[in-house]
Amino acid sequence: MPVCAVRDLVKTYPATRGRRGAARAPAVRANDGITLEVRRGEIFGLLGPNGAGKSTLVRQLTGLLGPDSGSIAVLGHDLVRHPERAARLLGYLGQESTALDEMTVALAVETTGRLRGLGAREARAERDAVIDELGLADLTGRALKQLSGGQRRLACFATALIGERPLLVLDEPTTGMDPVARRAVWAAVDRRRAERGVTVVLVTHNVLEAESVLDRVAVIDRGRVIACDTPGGLKETVSEEVRLELVWRAGPPLDVPEVAALAAAAHTSGRRWTLRLPADQARAAVAAVTSGPAFAALDDFTLATPSLEDVYLALGGRGEGLVKA
Amino acid sequence: MVPAQAVPGAAPGAGAEVWTGDGAAPLAPRTRFGPALGAVYRAQLSRARVARIPLLFVATFQSVGIMVLLRGVVDSGDPARSVVSGSSVLVVAFVALNLLAQYFGQLRAGGGLDHYATLPVPPAAVVLGAAGAYASFTVPGTVVTAVTGCVLFQLPMAHLWVLAAVIPLSGAALAGLGAALGLLAPRPELATLLGQLGMSAALLLGVLPAARMPEVIGWARDLLPSTYGVEALSRSFDPHPDWLAVGADLGVCAAVGVLSLAVATWAYRRAATR
Repeated sequence: MPVCAVRDLVKTYPATRGRRGAARAPAVRANDGITLEVRRGEIFGLLGPNGAGKSTLVRQLTGLLGPDSGSIAVLGHDLVRHPERAARLLGYLGQESTALDEMTVALAVETTGRLRGLGAREARAERDAVIDELGLADLTGRALKQLSGGQRRLACFATALIGERPLLVLDEPTTGMDPVARRAVWAAVDRRRAERGVTVVLVTHNVLEAESVLDRVAVIDRGRVIACDTPGGLKETVSEEVRLELVWRAGPPLDVPEVAALAAAAHTSGRRWTLRLPADQARAAVAAVTSGPAFAALDDFTLATPSLEDVYLALGGRGEGLVKA
Repeated sequence: MVPAQAVPGAAPGAGAEVWTGDGAAPLAPRTRFGPALGAVYRAQLSRARVARIPLLFVATFQSVGIMVLLRGVVDSGDPARSVVSGSSVLVVAFVALNLLAQYFGQLRAGGGLDHYATLPVPPAAVVLGAAGAYASFTVPGTVVTAVTGCVLFQLPMAHLWVLAAVIPLSGAALAGLGAALGLLAPRPELATLLGQLGMSAALLLGVLPAARMPEVIGWARDLLPSTYGVEALSRSFDPHPDWLAVGADLGVCAAVGVLSLAVATWAYRRAATR
């Protein structure tokens, strides 16, 4: 049985009336028939740009939001009928830390542990263990709002870990974190998975992170799952193509016929051109731009095998909004 | 990373997991009301201590200032009693009504309720814990104001112990009202506005002696829960207080407290799961 089974989930936010200074917003179908399954012990990713409907989906998985239609089963429990059970099944890291901002790191983690049902002594012991594990020991006495964005995010992640749950739902857990903090997050996730078979549902718009940590990924665009597979499996669908990026010093030398021929296929962003081409054409293009007048105008170029971003674009997703860092 | 297949029982699609009974995994226990209330109370008290101490000073100075101002106008006797008790309860209104309405308004708007809503805590524990912490936070300011007032207006301090009932009961009524306003207001600015208005009402209707008010304002005064805390404290300045009347006033506070906290709990539940 899957840890998490979502079927035909639909959620529409109603239209809002316009107020002074705010335009009327039409109804938004944030989730438009989402179906997916998450297996035990998996790190399952939801990848998509802002506004794709990822957060709406996890807010329904965590019982915070009721769907218009469709079903959600988490660890065998029907969360559409019993949304309150979500709190007893999973640990959730949302995007906001408002509730914890004025508490110290130690108090925020300990209180969350208490509220997840730990006894006073247990909560203190787990608090110390989690804080040590994540390398937060130097910050325990500081209020969350005095911390940098990445540190605060890590402290919030600690609150999601305390009071062990078999499923963790993490909404962009590593936003703003430095590489050390990111490693601490993935090490903590990995340990829980190896020791207890903990399952993780992870929202991300970071392509590199998705490729390196996820077992499977559902690519979400405009409220629909447009593909769902392992990162490797998804990349195979576009394996015929490679990505060529050209950065021009000033403008592209369109008087060179080979460059002019490429212009139509290029996705332009400032001085940068991104092209997705079959391997032989890419080779020819590289040869053309690394000689003669085109080379004089060229500032930099890269040739790479496809990433999840290319998959995303090949599947018809909108290009903007995915992060590659 | 450990591959998913290496995890015990995680073979994809093999259905290797063994669940109890009807196939559903066991639920973690609900957090019991007592410990949850204690944890929320403690956390809220600590965050209020960090964030609100300057505001408590403002509240106390405001009340003492009002008493100093009115000392030139009001002579001792009945009006002096209303001024002192009204100013004391005003500290409670400032923190429990005004600041708590702001807090819940902002928490709701900023998505902070999600944190509590995804923990298995009884909603009442969250509301009561926050309300209790804010009400406790008013204790020093209220006591300082009451004692200062007694000195300024030469009122007897013999029965000031009544504050031990007045603060928690009017605190419950006003904090419940504050929490309900904060959670029900559609926008945080509106929650702040309502909290401020409530406090202004407690100021005007509580501090000014009731006998000189027009009838309509007198009704408004009767509707405001802080009034009954003010009356109870005011009666205790009598050499021989009418304890029955004091008890009745405090009973109204308690009833309003229960009702408004119930409304606030309902509002929290509604706000937490949209």
